[in-house]
Amino acid sequence: MDYIGEHLLPGKLGNFFVMLSFAASFVACIGFFKATNAKSIEEESSWKRFARIAFAVDCFSVFAVFVTIFYIIYNHLFEYNYAWEHSNKELSLKYLLSCIWEAQEGSFLLWTMWHCVLGTILIFKAGKWEAPVMMVISFAQICLATMILGIYISGSKVGINPFVLVRQQFGDGPMFSRPDYLSMPQMQNGQGINALLQNYWMVIHPPILFLGFASTIVPFAYAIAGLWKKQYTGWTKAAVPWALFSACVLGTGIMMGGAWAYESLSFGGFWAWDPVENASLVPWLVIVGGLHTLVVYNATGHSLRATYFFFILGFILILYATFLTRSGVLNGTSVHAFVDSGMNFQLILFVLVFLFPSFILFFKEYKNVPHIQKEESTWSREFWMFIGSLILFLSSIFIAVSTSLPVINKIANTKWTVGEDVTFSYNRIEIFIAIILGVLTAVTQYLKYKSTTKEYFIKKMIVPTIIALVLSALISIFGNVHYDKYGAGFLIAIHIAIFSAVYAVIANTTYIWTGMNGKLKAAGASVAHVGFGVMLVGILLSMSKKELLSFNTTGINLPFDPKDPDKNPLENITLLQNVKTDMGKYWATYLGGDSTNAAGDITYYKVIMEDKKSGEVFKLYPNLIRSSKGQETISPNPDKHHYLTRDIFSYVNAASNLDRQGDTAQFRRYPVAVNDTIYYSNGFMILNNTVKNPNNDKYHFAPTDTALMAEITVVSKDSMRYKVRPVFYFKDNKFNTIADTVFTQNLAVALTGVQGNKLEIAVKESSSLVPFISLKVYAFPQINIVWVGTFIMIIGFVMSIVWRVKTRLIVK
Amino acid sequence: MKRINIIILVFIAIAIAVLVSFMGNLSTYETIASARQKEGKSVTIVAKLDNTQPIEYDPAKDPNYVSFYVIDTLGEKAKVVYHFEKPYDMDKTERIVLKGKMKDGVFDITQKEGILITCPSKYKSDPEYNKKKLSQNQ
Repeated sequence: MDYIGEHLLPGKLGNFFVMLSFAASFVACIGFFKATNAKSIEEESSWKRFARIAFAVDCFSVFAVFVTIFYIIYNHLFEYNYAWEHSNKELSLKYLLSCIWEAQEGSFLLWTMWHCVLGTILIFKAGKWEAPVMMVISFAQICLATMILGIYISGSKVGINPFVLVRQQFGDGPMFSRPDYLSMPQMQNGQGINALLQNYWMVIHPPILFLGFASTIVPFAYAIAGLWKKQYTGWTKAAVPWALFSACVLGTGIMMGGAWAYESLSFGGFWAWDPVENASLVPWLVIVGGLHTLVVYNATGHSLRATYFFFILGFILILYATFLTRSGVLNGTSVHAFVDSGMNFQLILFVLVFLFPSFILFFKEYKNVPHIQKEESTWSREFWMFIGSLILFLSSIFIAVSTSLPVINKIANTKWTVGEDVTFSYNRIEIFIAIILGVLTAVTQYLKYKSTTKEYFIKKMIVPTIIALVLSALISIFGNVHYDKYGAGFLIAIHIAIFSAVYAVIANTTYIWTGMNGKLKAAGASVAHVGFGVMLVGILLSMSKKELLSFNTTGINLPFDPKDPDKNPLENITLLQNVKTDMGKYWATYLGGDSTNAAGDITYYKVIMEDKKSGEVFKLYPNLIRSSKGQETISPNPDKHHYLTRDIFSYVNAASNLDRQGDTAQFRRYPVAVNDTIYYSNGFMILNNTVKNPNNDKYHFAPTDTALMAEITVVSKDSMRYKVRPVFYFKDNKFNTIADTVFTQNLAVALTGVQGNKLEIAVKESSSLVPFISLKVYAFPQINIVWVGTFIMIIGFVMSIVWRVKTRLIVK
Repeated sequence: MKRINIIILVFIAIAIAVLVSFMGNLSTYETIASARQKEGKSVTIVAKLDNTQPIEYDPAKDPNYVSFYVIDTLGEKAKVVYHFEKPYDMDKTERIVLKGKMKDGVFDITQKEGILITCPSKYKSDPEYNKKKLSQNQ
């Protein structure tokens, strides 16, 4: 059948380039393999030339695939499933990019593209290491190319094809029997992207994170090349900037994810030990460990075996992270993992094809890797750097094991899972890791390689130690760190960790002057360590001082036991429209007047906060985003008020207009005499009395008026009593009623008439008597320290990379 | 013995200690019936929302109380009480992972992270939904 209006050319081109990239990476891999094993220089260079061309073709095809996908999305060609499922016409340009990252195939493509960029640099810069290193990268390119192949081999799907058409994806739909199916309303627009991902961090976080992922292959490939060529030591200088780059970019990518999580509060902070976060953190820890042992080797000749191990493991863990987050295996433990896309076997294979050959090679060559028999001195830098790397490794094992519980359960047929309090199960271990790492970071630079005299070390250490002690004592005493939720032991550990983090900052800062004579250009490592220390301080303070402001103390509700907030957390507070409500340190008023954006999918709620002490007033607009992605879903999007030292976050957890329904409840009428009882769904009410022409705090009728007030007591199921006083009066030749309400019971009561000695009482139960929102408000103190620390650490890494590359060029 | 060996032994000892303490704090997946037998112990249940019973949540009265019923794969039912806000889209979920303690026959959840909702439409649109959408207006 010929379908009307389809644009099939981009898809055909795209598919051609997918196949071409697969074939070209295959050819490149063989070429670089032959070049590596070549017997003569001529043979090597001819294979190399051949392989380079193949790699260039691969790069060109990969970028062509990307451009084609972008063309399809940019031009809203909804006959393609990629455009239909992940984009829509309303998205702005930057989010058109995010919707490419949203899909599994798009993120694989991103990864491959970075391999192309890194590979091209290596072809120019790697010199004699080019062939083996590029062989490893080309091999990874083959694997990644299969992820977007989308072909079936004996019944099992290999990869997800990004150019599949909607009618191919949903082939059995009856609408596709019509040639003009593209004119149907549901083909006029796509599904858009998940509301949570419509955040500027989501435009930039995936490319950086995947650059981090892609970059880990370079130290890995150097290590494999060293073992394979049996030139065990030649690569270690060249690999330093690459290892630095990898640690820097992967770390940045992870923290950008943290920044997104923080802003959208979908993790309740910047870090929640969610398996998806852990999956990337684990390889980062291992690679940072490898970076340190590599530096140790270059300076002293120790720790080369450990370096091999860390770099190989680091990359394998990246592959494992890919499996974890994309296979659906984490669905019971993480809300942020991809669902199973039927590629699990392929993902496992991706891990195994690297795991087995590389570790077999490592163990086979292990004995041949040079190794110094004589042990390091305890008073040497290399010894403590090695210990530090081991601690990083230990920490990564711990995180990896608990993140892998679903995998372990599958293999061992067990039923383990992380307990109720997920974050604390990590924090109680990681706090000790932080203490040790902080102190090691502080003191290790003051030790010299090989050996240091005790006198020298103590003399240099004494000033920073005293400063750090004083400073951290000041923070501990005046910083209001009273995090006693987990008992005194954990609080003490926090205080020790604060000292250790401050120590890292101070000692590394002073080292730039006392140890390096202020030679800032060479001080990249110290700067990065200062950043790490600052980050630790920020993490500790923001974690232990995170404060819930919306403790529900209103009294409209319920037993609140401030002594036992664990038992009854009461984190949300209900704000009735225009009712100033006590929120601990603030008065909060929900003003209503909810506004929506132009597209109609975001509703803003206006809340005024007033600081009780200072009287400062600020507005918050927490909002709810409706997404039509899949089923209609609602995501709360917080609004924040920034201070230098803290952020105030608020988000709406429920709103009376959420269901978009009008008030459909009706009044029901009951004829009652005094002392009669009326039942309603949540209790009953008694007519106590009637008052003629009431003149009291609420109503002011004159004795000449004609008015009647009923006094009614409402008793709810939970034995709360409320007074209602509806009024019925005659004015301007007609009868009027003034209803009275009990908000907490959703009750409106009116007096609608008199029949003999009975009154007619009308009762309405409705959930939308008064607009309200249920709000949660947090204060995150000192979060800016975390970001500043991250930033300093990145700068330190970049300084190191520049310095290492420059000195290498000079040496050459 | 060389010092490096001692260090490695120490590290292995620490690692084992950490893992043992970690395993001690783990919870296990249980069915509703087996969770009832372990009353007061922190467990994890994977279940489905029981759609025949309403989700009780009235934020105007108490925004920190949700109660609902779940049914597990063996057909066993239990009432669940969650002391936080009702997660959005809870009624659309297929599978709920609950972490809490059984108390007088009611599954009580006192940690915010105690409910994990696996919604097929979180990051990827629900294929079934897409299929349905495409077959409308025939």
